[in-house]
Amino acid sequence: MMIDFELSPRIKGTKNMIHMFAESALRPIAREYDTNEHKKPQDLLKMVQKVMGGGISGAFGTEEKKKEGEEPKEKKRRETNLAGGVTVEEIFWGDAGLALSFPGPGLGGAAVQASGTPEQKEKFLARFAGEEPVWGAMAITEAEAGSDTANIRTTAVLDGDEYILNGEKIFVTSGKSALVESQGFVVVWATLDRKAGRAGIKPFVVEHGTPGMEVTKIEDKLGIRCSDTVSLAFMDCRVPKENLLGNPEVVDKSKTEGFKKVMATFDATRPLVAAMAIGVGSAALDLLKKTLAEEGVEIRYGISPCRMTALERDIMKMDADLKAARLLTWRALWMLDNGQRNDLQSSMAKAKAGSAVTWITQKAVEIMGPLGYSQDLLLEKWMRDSKINDIFEGTGQIQLLVTARRLLGFSREQLK
Amino acid sequence: MISFELSDEQKLVKDTVASFAADQIEPIMRESDDSENVRQDIISKGWGLGLLGGSIPEEYEGFGEEISALTGVIAIEELAWGDLSTALYLTAPAALALSVLDQGNEEQKKEILPAFTGEEYRPASCALVEPYFNFCPSALKAVAVRDGDEYVLNGKKCLVPLAQESESMIIFAATQPGMGFSSVDAFVVPAAGQGVTVSERERNMGIKALPTYQLELKDRRVPAASRLGGESGSDFLRLLSRSRLALAALAVGMSRRCVEYSRDYSIQRVAFGDPIASRQAIAFMVAEMAIEVDAARLLTWEAAWRCDKGMDFEKDAALAKNYAAEMAMMVCDRGVQIMGGHGYINENPVELWFRNARGFATFEGMVMV
Ligand SMILES: Cc1cc2nc3c(=O)[nH]c(=O)nc-3n(C[C@H](O)[C@H](O)[C@H](O)COP(=O)(O)OP(=O)(O)OC[C@H]3O[C@@H](n4cnc5c(N)ncnc54)[C@H](O)[C@@H]3O)c2cc1C
Repeated sequence: MMIDFELSPRIKGTKNMIHMFAESALRPIAREYDTNEHKKPQDLLKMVQKVMGGGISGAFGTEEKKKEGEEPKEKKRRETNLAGGVTVEEIFWGDAGLALSFPGPGLGGAAVQASGTPEQKEKFLARFAGEEPVWGAMAITEAEAGSDTANIRTTAVLDGDEYILNGEKIFVTSGKSALVESQGFVVVWATLDRKAGRAGIKPFVVEHGTPGMEVTKIEDKLGIRCSDTVSLAFMDCRVPKENLLGNPEVVDKSKTEGFKKVMATFDATRPLVAAMAIGVGSAALDLLKKTLAEEGVEIRYGISPCRMTALERDIMKMDADLKAARLLTWRALWMLDNGQRNDLQSSMAKAKAGSAVTWITQKAVEIMGPLGYSQDLLLEKWMRDSKINDIFEGTGQIQLLVTARRLLGFSREQLK
Repeated sequence: MISFELSDEQKLVKDTVASFAADQIEPIMRESDDSENVRQDIISKGWGLGLLGGSIPEEYEGFGEEISALTGVIAIEELAWGDLSTALYLTAPAALALSVLDQGNEEQKKEILPAFTGEEYRPASCALVEPYFNFCPSALKAVAVRDGDEYVLNGKKCLVPLAQESESMIIFAATQPGMGFSSVDAFVVPAAGQGVTVSERERNMGIKALPTYQLELKDRRVPAASRLGGESGSDFLRLLSRSRLALAALAVGMSRRCVEYSRDYSIQRVAFGDPIASRQAIAFMVAEMAIEVDAARLLTWEAAWRCDKGMDFEKDAALAKNYAAEMAMMVCDRGVQIMGGHGYINENPVELWFRNARGFATFEGMVMV
């Protein structure tokens, strides 16, 4: 193998196809589903389910994640994760809100993939390949536990063959879609024993329609409005014992194995969030460049910085930042495909993409002046949409924290 | 198919250059800067790695290894990890030789290239930058006017490496002023001669170990045959862009060293009872520095890869170079910051990197891959 920056023909083909889909199916209705926040594009969702079989916003290739040092099983090069990243970028170029509302296993499915037993995978994931749209969701965050996931207070108590869950989760992406609008499920993180800290926190699959679970709030948001973000209350909610994800070692309260495994899904999903950001960023930059070209404004690439106009500087920085973010993201995905440990590179990619794209979209609105600020164009929406990428799946600061700990060789206690 | 893996040959080149940089260059970085010179035995040893001679085809007495901009940027990143001045010193002759190899006509290649395949370091240089505040390679003030069998060169140059030490150099001048990058031609000429005055050594903020000079060209007459590419001329933007790949890689290499140094220092330095790296204000600086170094490297690799593939790469090279230049300043500024007062004094290397880093905004055309 040697360094190569050309996408394989297969990925290129998919990319072109998805781009056309994004342009023809997402762009035209993007504004409508931003303005009408809690409305869902039912026809589109059905169509997506048919065509993509729920694979698109799902758990791309997380099954290929390898332990550190372990050789990939096959020598054949895989590119499942990379293909996922490229696909995600193109869909999000179309529209982030609509894309996040697509049916599929989502983060909940990714957790099942990462830490479920073969039986659990079979039981919980089969539904996504059906005719009807189905969603999976993941509920970690609580009012008092955001970045600080170890501070989770939702409890799980074993009672015979069941666990009883009590507590409240917030900001669950697609929570309503999964539990009210489809036969989906949510993976809920709850603690068996608060004194055990991280080791006590376990992932439980809670099915739609489980008594004692209720959607208590649907948020109104700055952006990605088509995606439902909900609060879930658990009041003596009973789930079968077998719904605790993973084999017995996960259940052991003295081991953080389960927590770590679910955390490891971030190695696969963080670069995808970076790819989401890059999709929105390139939408903004494409529009900006098109407008400048129509107005006859030339960007003189290659001249000295001391001769550049402020505009040229901005555009070139946007170009370079976006490309750098994409390359960092591809590297993280490529490592995953090749069975290499990529936690550092995943966090680097997400940190860079999150901050670069929030800046790029904000700058694009500024440069476009009143046109940028107006809701006649989608640009202002992209600026609002893109901000989420610096928040969910670990804020920009959390990515720096992970990156710094790895670079410094510091534990959580050494670098808080 | 996307891959970030170096080929076996690239790994070998990287390892060889990296250990040379660590064993030979880095230990004398401060000494070189203080004495404003690089020890000739180190230059000889570096030349002995055969990086340039290797890439000259056999017909011009080289070893005829495949020329790859990508392998080039991988190699010189390692050199600059050791020391920027030394890296520039060692690679300055390549700017001339590779320009001739890429754009010269047959006679020029035959005449000029064999000199660079020998065992002894052969100084040579390129004169592109000019001493004006708004210098830009697309609008050179130095001009070359055709007069019969000759060109008459007029203008000023600065940041010309090894102008006194070299026998020959390339002088870039505009043959059709006002025509942007396509106005520029290259002339391969003796470094000394009538109509050219070489200044005393320049005094710059950084790269002190590299001798650089100003040139004044007053009706300097050179044979028309010294125009690179002969009557058909040469592709200046391409040469400039390959030079930018090299500069970007040098910025990456030096900055990477600075990140490593700052990281190690921040782990070992204790304040208020804990290592300073245990505070986010410091740790986050280290993280961002590392991210930006990787970002600049990937931009450089991609541009170099495009060059090797025969695609357009000029825009990508310019973006990579400017990005790397900004990155280097940011990283080296933080390097000083992380060390506090200890970063400000000459006992530690970060102030040296800090001075070197700003140069990338200005450097053009001095090196090439
Ligand atoms: C639209 C949306 C969808 C979401 N989807 C989901 C979902 O599907 N499932 C789910 O479980 N969660 C979801 N979240 C929650 C999201 O992951 C959290 O909001 C996020 O992790 C930050 O947590 P927080 O909001 O509590 O902020 P806090 O953790 O309170 O952070 C506040 C600020 O402090 C900073 N900070 C916190 N800790 C540190 C530290 N140690 N060092 C430095 N800075 C720090 C943060 O970076 C941030 O700037 C979603 C959120 C939103 C807005």
